[in-house]
Amino acid sequence: MNEFEWVPPRASVNAIQVDALFYSMVGFTALVCAGVAGAIVYFCLKYRLGSKADRRQLGRRYLPWEFSWTAIPLIIAIGLFFWGANLYFDMFRPPADAQLIYVVGKQWMWKFEHPEGPREINDLHLPAGRAIELVMTSQDVIHDVFIPAFRIHHDVLPGRYYTEWFTPTTPGRYHLFCSQFCGYAHAEMGGTVTVMPPADYAHWLARGNPQPSMAARGFRLFVEVGCSGCHGENAAVHAPKLAGLYGSVVHLSNGTTVIADDRYIHDHIVMPGSQVVVGYRNLMPSFKGLVTEDEILELVAYIKSLEPGERSAL
Amino acid sequence: MSVATSAPRNYLTEGTSIRSWLLTTDHKRIALLYLVTITAFFVVGAIAMALIRLELMVPNGTMINAEEYNKMFTMHGVVMVWFFLIPSIPTVLGNFLVPMMIGARDVAFPRLNLASWYVFVTGSLFTMAAMVLGGVDTGWTFYTPYSSLFSNGHVILTIVGVFIVGFASIFTGLNFIVTVHKLRAPGMTWFRLPLFIWATYATSLILVLATPVLAITLAAVALERLFHVGIFDPALGGDPLLFQHLFWFYSHPAVYIMILPGMGVVNEVICCFARKRIFGYEFVAFSSLAIAFLGFLVWGHHMFVAGQSIYSSMTFSILSYMVAIPSAIKVFNWTATLHKGSISLETPMLYLLGFVGLFTIGGMTGLFLASLAIDTHVHDTYFVIAHFHYIMVGGMVSAYLGGIHFWWPKISGRLYSEFWGRVAAGLLFLGFNLTFFPQFIVGYLGMPRRYHVYPPEFQVWNVLSSAGASILAVGYVLPLFYLGWSFFFGPEAGPNPWGATGLEWRTPSPPPRDNFDETPIVTEEAYAYAAPEVAGG
Repeated sequence: MNEFEWVPPRASVNAIQVDALFYSMVGFTALVCAGVAGAIVYFCLKYRLGSKADRRQLGRRYLPWEFSWTAIPLIIAIGLFFWGANLYFDMFRPPADAQLIYVVGKQWMWKFEHPEGPREINDLHLPAGRAIELVMTSQDVIHDVFIPAFRIHHDVLPGRYYTEWFTPTTPGRYHLFCSQFCGYAHAEMGGTVTVMPPADYAHWLARGNPQPSMAARGFRLFVEVGCSGCHGENAAVHAPKLAGLYGSVVHLSNGTTVIADDRYIHDHIVMPGSQVVVGYRNLMPSFKGLVTEDEILELVAYIKSLEPGERSAL
Repeated sequence: MSVATSAPRNYLTEGTSIRSWLLTTDHKRIALLYLVTITAFFVVGAIAMALIRLELMVPNGTMINAEEYNKMFTMHGVVMVWFFLIPSIPTVLGNFLVPMMIGARDVAFPRLNLASWYVFVTGSLFTMAAMVLGGVDTGWTFYTPYSSLFSNGHVILTIVGVFIVGFASIFTGLNFIVTVHKLRAPGMTWFRLPLFIWATYATSLILVLATPVLAITLAAVALERLFHVGIFDPALGGDPLLFQHLFWFYSHPAVYIMILPGMGVVNEVICCFARKRIFGYEFVAFSSLAIAFLGFLVWGHHMFVAGQSIYSSMTFSILSYMVAIPSAIKVFNWTATLHKGSISLETPMLYLLGFVGLFTIGGMTGLFLASLAIDTHVHDTYFVIAHFHYIMVGGMVSAYLGGIHFWWPKISGRLYSEFWGRVAAGLLFLGFNLTFFPQFIVGYLGMPRRYHVYPPEFQVWNVLSSAGASILAVGYVLPLFYLGWSFFFGPEAGPNPWGATGLEWRTPSPPPRDNFDETPIVTEEAYAYAAPEVAGG
């Protein structure tokens, strides 16, 4: 990767589309700048002080000019807006079958968890040809997952889950940067994304997988931290059961409803009083500081794995 | 200092004691107080940048460490934005010219004008104290929760300084608005105003309306940092995106504070050296107001990948394209003004033609950043850095220096060396492009901003950029010498060395304390340059 570069490597479907728009705009910009600069230089030479150029004024009919150089840029601008907006819209609509990978940013490292089990730090292995969706959160300040070869960026915020998706196309090793300033070692908070042919990736997953899956680790935490004492099948405490919770509609005691997504479960673990389920009292203590952001992701993975009416998927 | 013994008393000779300067209410003297102050801050900001560019010559630079680097770019940003660019043209050229251009004896509130300078200096003492005591490492954007709960730097002291200088901006803006409304000379109708006045007026509206939002935002950061009031940090129940909305609600309009006055200078200089009326006066005038208005509606384009809803992003994207239209109108009108003119390329004209070219590149690359899909790649990279430096340095600093050269004979009563002036303008243009054009390329390659170490394949572009910065530095330093020399020893300029129209040129150089011996009466439109054959030299 030490060669001098003019253009960045292009390793995702999105990168091809963004480049097409980018280079079209480069061409348009070059035309406009050449036009303006050309006109300025031409006028400065032709109408230099003392030259014999014809300076009879054309009168004051300037409105046609004003309207045309207002309207034409306006139309081009609207066209460029739609082109960019269309691609952007797709960047925020991951396909339903995208493979999820969980990401936690903290000063100053990235933790990645593959649902099958493997965990990585500052390195991310991906299969080529499959849509990948990163589910990202931060343990402290705002970070940002930036992979130039995929032409994609998204901020990673504490207390929120944002996603970023792409389809890697070309096996290789690419830069991963944190691009939102996050303090002392911001510039070193990065690593390498390795895109592998699907067979190699399957091999890598199996080889590097002496660990249980994320959901299985979540189950272990569920017991160890004490969640099962109240939310378990045989608990005596009047607490909501969690089977089938993920993705369902929850009615809260303040009269509102929410979808039980990653953020809902996260907030319930660290700030239980903020969203009390209707029909229950707020007995739950906060687990803030007792579980890390990556452990919360594992708990979420476990809760997600519970089918309705099922005690444990494991 | 022997200023023109034969000349009548002027504002420079009207009392020469330190006291007469520090207690002056003369808008021209206050302009000079500001000139000296912000030049000093420019030097501070430039030194920080020199260290940054030296560090970035090699991919794993060890000249300064990460912490020092973070403090340097923060200092560069804070000082250049709040202590140089925002005050630059309004407080120096604006203060000097607004009353003279409209035929007034002073601004509407002369003592408020002096208070503005004292408030500015007081605020700057806090921020400078923070720098001296160990600095701050948040970047000029102070993003929460890093700034409010995680940074170990002198955040509070720095933002107290920025909070206070905001009031200096408000005082100046308020003064200009009232002055333009109330103190125009007889016959000086709105559509006879020089376009510099329109631009300054639009800028003043932004100063008065946007600056309070910055003050509120910084106060909220201080509350969270000092008393752990949960406003921005989710761990305290706050919303980290709220800060960005508030901050950019000020800081995007602030970009227009930093460019509109420069556009105002372009009109004056291009008309003078093309010896021709501006093309499409009304369109240029109203485009300033359109920019000021639309500038308030585009802040979310800083947040396309920050986590706001995609529908917000789309709204902000199309509005950002809209704000480009009035800027384009200006560029086309300036170019058309040259058509059938009688053009001479004196130093101010070189600076301002440079402005038009560099601003065009800066503006066009703004369209890339307004494009949602492209911003998703280049957000927070050097592409953004290059873009806004094309606007703020290529644009605003060129216009500021061009304006200083254009009105220097009026300010000092003396001429400077035309040769050295042209050399400095040329070096600025060359050095600037060499510094910042490579940053577009390295930004698209993916180099994030605020990195003191970077992958080795980006090195070539960084070396080019640092080389350009050294040329740029010469372009900045030269005028200090020849203008300084001219102030004391230059040949006398006479009232109107450029043969320019405009009321400020109808009074002696340097002007008397009250600007005009008798109130001028305006009978013609702005830029009524005579037919070129008659104007001659």
